[in-house]
Amino acid sequence: MNWNSLLLMRFELGLLILFLAVLIFEIFTGKKQKGKLVSFAIILFAIHTAVGFFPLEEGRLFGGMFRTNTLLYFFKNVLNVGVLIVLLQSADWLKEKVVAQHKGTEFILLLLSSLLGMYFMISSGDFLMFYLGLELATLPVAALVAYETSKRISAEAGVKYILSSALASGTALFGISLLYATTGTIYFDVVASVLTVSNLSVLGFILFFSGLAFKISLAPFHFWTADVYEGAPINVASYLSVISKGAAVLILVILLFTVLKPLFLFWNKIIYIVAIATMTIGNLFALRQQNMKRFLAFSSVAQAGFILLGMLSVDQLGLATVLFFVTVYIFSNLGAFGVVQAISSAADKENIDDYEGLYRTNPKLSLLLMLALFSLAGIPPLAGFFGKFFLYLAAASKGYYVLVFIGVVNATISLYYYLIVVRAMFLRKNPDAIPYFSSKLFMKLGLVLSAIGILVAGLYSPLYEYVYAISTTFLN
Amino acid sequence: MDILTLFVVVPIITVLVLIFAKDLKQARVISLAGMLVQLGMAINLIVAYLHERQLVSKDTIMVFTRDIPWFESFNIHYTIGVDAISVVMIALTAFIVVAGIFISWKIDDLPKEFFITLIVLATGVFGFFISLDLFTLFVFYEIAVIPMFLLIGIWGSGPKEFSAMKLTLMLMGASAVLSIGIFGIYFNSNAGGGVLTFNILEIAKANIPVAAQNLFFPFVFVGFAVIGALFPFHTWSPSGHASAPTAVSMLHAGVLMKLGGYGVFRIAMYLLPQGALHWTDFFLVLATIGVIYGAFGAIMQKDLKYINAYASVSHLSLVLFALLMLNKTAWNGAIIQSLSHGLLTALFFALIGMVYGRTHTRDIAKLGGIMKILPFIGAVYVITGLAYLGLPGFSGFVAEMNVFVGAFEHPDLFHRVITVIVVSSIVVTAVYILRMVGKIMMGPLVNEEHANLPKAAWYEKVGLVLLMIPVVVIGTIPFGLSEMIKDSITPFLERLL
Repeated sequence: MNWNSLLLMRFELGLLILFLAVLIFEIFTGKKQKGKLVSFAIILFAIHTAVGFFPLEEGRLFGGMFRTNTLLYFFKNVLNVGVLIVLLQSADWLKEKVVAQHKGTEFILLLLSSLLGMYFMISSGDFLMFYLGLELATLPVAALVAYETSKRISAEAGVKYILSSALASGTALFGISLLYATTGTIYFDVVASVLTVSNLSVLGFILFFSGLAFKISLAPFHFWTADVYEGAPINVASYLSVISKGAAVLILVILLFTVLKPLFLFWNKIIYIVAIATMTIGNLFALRQQNMKRFLAFSSVAQAGFILLGMLSVDQLGLATVLFFVTVYIFSNLGAFGVVQAISSAADKENIDDYEGLYRTNPKLSLLLMLALFSLAGIPPLAGFFGKFFLYLAAASKGYYVLVFIGVVNATISLYYYLIVVRAMFLRKNPDAIPYFSSKLFMKLGLVLSAIGILVAGLYSPLYEYVYAISTTFLN
Repeated sequence: MDILTLFVVVPIITVLVLIFAKDLKQARVISLAGMLVQLGMAINLIVAYLHERQLVSKDTIMVFTRDIPWFESFNIHYTIGVDAISVVMIALTAFIVVAGIFISWKIDDLPKEFFITLIVLATGVFGFFISLDLFTLFVFYEIAVIPMFLLIGIWGSGPKEFSAMKLTLMLMGASAVLSIGIFGIYFNSNAGGGVLTFNILEIAKANIPVAAQNLFFPFVFVGFAVIGALFPFHTWSPSGHASAPTAVSMLHAGVLMKLGGYGVFRIAMYLLPQGALHWTDFFLVLATIGVIYGAFGAIMQKDLKYINAYASVSHLSLVLFALLMLNKTAWNGAIIQSLSHGLLTALFFALIGMVYGRTHTRDIAKLGGIMKILPFIGAVYVITGLAYLGLPGFSGFVAEMNVFVGAFEHPDLFHRVITVIVVSSIVVTAVYILRMVGKIMMGPLVNEEHANLPKAAWYEKVGLVLLMIPVVVIGTIPFGLSEMIKDSITPFLERLL
């Protein structure tokens, strides 16, 4: 083995070094310096993110268990940027609340190890590596969900999350074992060539898909979403809704388009039905929510349904639109969660009613939240519009006009509940509106980064063209 | 930068400058400056267009075209260009936006935000009229619609939240339906053997299969016609108009609703001509109901804004009616009617806003004898009313004349019957306009408190005169306009053959 080939794991190794560095510095910092350690870790991660943009070679390691290519590099960069925004947005919360309880560093370490799991999961070349990555990505998050130990609801959410994701992982593992039973191998490439439609392989697929559907919170596996988001600290909820979901979507689409392609005539029906169910259920539940976190939880369920539209087009277009949508969705959702986080830490308010009259006291925050919600609703010229329009195009290119029609109707329904929040912020006047406050530097950076993403990622066409160009990678 | 892109760039620059405005005075001066530049450019565009038309060959449909690739893998381009129809629409928009800014001279609540939102809306409208690419056009269309939510919701009156929500959801729902039609057109645009394209001129050459045309025509038609107040999807319009602030009602009825007719003509009729022939009877019935229903609706209303809103439903259904007649005279009438209605309805809303701003009521029963107190406003009100009901010498007459002559060109019974029904709406229009004008302007003074109302301020007069000029110009020299748009209608006719 050539040592140079280890460079293919630069993302993973870089994150590991960062992890160890934070761990070692934590030993040597005094109690009063812990807040600075948080800033230090975030700056280190920003450097790690920047380094990720340098080009790398493609290749495989460990006999094909680990593979990497331009598309995966791109997506790891997207995840990095997302996590960076999450970290920036949580910096103040960490310094003010968590460091006092002597567990600020652990938060970052858990977050990073979960990210490491996602790296391995999307880079996996066989089911074993995939499962390892999945578990590494999930378990630390369970601890993070229960991080606000003083709140009962947080502990409840943690238990819910660990139980449901353990079940999901178990189901996925059972599915993998059935697929192994029919094909006799766990290597993706080999499975792809020998997999045929049989009762056992179909059952294996269903179980495997259910496991991943849990992670993406597709209906009918979405029940944990709202409770967990509500109980979890806001930045953990935003991490779950964008990073965790994004990585799971990517590996699902890669597996569907390559390994599970022989079952296409079977799984396209499942995706079709699940897409309709997820969009509709997510939307209908979101209509009546009062708590911003639950609201965003159901909205993110609905968004996951839209993503499935692109998966029905098993070609370059489908992969590109899914990847592009996930990229712009990360910015939109992080923008929304960021504002909720900022308001929650400044005023400790999380309900839509509390946002009434917000524009007159905090115009910039309201404006960003409006942009983020409009982007999620798919209003041009914001990024979300392009993401959604292209997903529709991908589905329509295969003649799924009825599904696209259901999609656009759902998009209109979703506009209603996004407008409810806009209505509260802009249209209502409220003498008891949340008073003006100014966020700290890291928070501002986090919000500005997501705002730039929302405004630019769609209009700037080279981004999509790049995604489209690299989407040939997994397709022969 | 080319002459057309400036129509989008100037408003964007105005908005960017507006962000730094400190108070109402700065905000209105900045927006006025920006939009006056826009108006100057619009008038210049008419001259430049007429000049350019002489230079290019007869077969050239669009002039000042420009094509910049945007999303190359989808073959999405930023393609722009204008024909006479878009030129006159752009001029109409520019006039109404400037008048709207004058009318909003004294807006007190969040002035900066008001002008920003208004100009964002205008950006969408200008972009819509110059687009030759379905995707770009759709983007601009939605940019034009969404600011209405804030404009009505923040600065409106009455049940403004309800109206804003209803209007936004119905229009965005319509644009969702429209998007299906656009997908259908896009994926059939390679029927002639070429590549998939969003370019309107390219698609027209490709001849989409008749089955696909019949399937997707209703999507495109309904998608656009909802904003053009097609019965039974017009319900957003009365409540929306009634709740909107004056300038927004003007812009909305004057310009935004014209996107519907324009879109139907430019996209549905031009790209799906066989579908149009297939569906014309069905939608003609709806348009006829709209004309009559709107007219009778206006008779029954007591609120000035509702009267005008229903009158708009009636007159815009007449535009759809004329478009569906599928011949040159009626189409000519439809375009003139769009312009004429845009100007007149904007005038009406401006006047209603001025009356309401002084008397704080829009109820006909509580108004009377305004003419003696506010002579300028009263005079313009009477003139507008007469123009609205189609008095010769004003734009309304020319428009309706063309529409009905075109409609009578169809010899069959069905067209005859609905034409007669629609023509009879003129009488109904006369009833509600004359009743309204007579009661509130001429009648006895109803409320003694109204005796000392302030006279029209200079900015109000400027706004009104600005809108009166084109009304009279179109009315007195209609042939100039008809002559100008004649050549641009021909390509649409050729598509029907």
